[in-house]
Amino acid sequence: MSDSPLWEVFVRPRRGLAHTHVGSLHAPDAELALRNARDLYTRRQEGVSIWVVPAASIVASSPDEKDAFFDPAADKVYRHPTFYEVPEGAGHI
Amino acid sequence: MDYVLGLGDDALVAAQRLAQWCARAPELEEDVALANIALDQLGAARLLLTYAGELEGAGRDEDALAYLRGDREYRNCLLVELPEPDFAVTMAKLLFLSAYQKLRYEWLAAAGDERLSAVADKARKESAYHLDHASLWTVRLGDGTPESHRRMQDAVDRLWPYTHELFEGDHAALRPQWLSLVTAVLDEATLTRPADGGWAPGGGRQGLHTEHLSYLLAELQVLHRAHPGARW
Repeated sequence: MSDSPLWEVFVRPRRGLAHTHVGSLHAPDAELALRNARDLYTRRQEGVSIWVVPAASIVASSPDEKDAFFDPAADKVYRHPTFYEVPEGAGHI
Repeated sequence: MDYVLGLGDDALVAAQRLAQWCARAPELEEDVALANIALDQLGAARLLLTYAGELEGAGRDEDALAYLRGDREYRNCLLVELPEPDFAVTMAKLLFLSAYQKLRYEWLAAAGDERLSAVADKARKESAYHLDHASLWTVRLGDGTPESHRRMQDAVDRLWPYTHELFEGDHAALRPQWLSLVTAVLDEATLTRPADGGWAPGGGRQGLHTEHLSYLLAELQVLHRAHPGARW
């Protein structure tokens, strides 16, 4: 198997608003990771944007701390920004 | 017609050679990349051979031209038919070929023939990507370990004589542009550009090939030869 480091790939589709995680791959460096991602995940459609990140640079929240991280907010409506009027013409909020 | 056939045969034979890497590439991602490039080449070959068949006007379609011609009727350059015993050879060949194809397609895209310029306009974007891919690997191998440097230089030296054939006749004017594309990559890869003026084999465009092409065609054509006229 490959000795190259692991990279995580994020792609923004042509009409998409945000980059979405689509998968991972092995590549010796960022340039080749980009090109591999293009072949593997985008089929070279024009106008898409690709981000590659070394997997080692990503810090993830721990599943063990799930409750402490995510639970308290859900039942407290005042924590959610739903009490503002969105001004007209403001884009993707 | 011979002109279009030459371009189409270059792409077809290059595709066949690249396809032989399937599941043999140094890493999984490279396997996909090589197959990708092979598919691009095959796509260009199909368009060009179809058009060559129409120009000929003898009712031969892309399959008839691909599967029912012997090596003496093939018009590809010798470079594409050479075997690829080493990954460095494949990359050197792809570097030389894609730089050449890019220049040829760019030239054709701007030239008069409407049909040909549509094909060329599509193919030149692919060639630019192939060139980019080959350049990256040439630099990585050339400027990599002493062993990879040796193999890359070896591949460049071995294939260089075959690049003269690409610029025979009308296309002599493209060689300086080609040299500047290729030399920039070789320099960055810390490789030495072989001297011009040595051995310069040719004849592919006239159907005079190396011994490698007929083996390649035997494998490519065996099924069609065994079941002529079959549909798939």
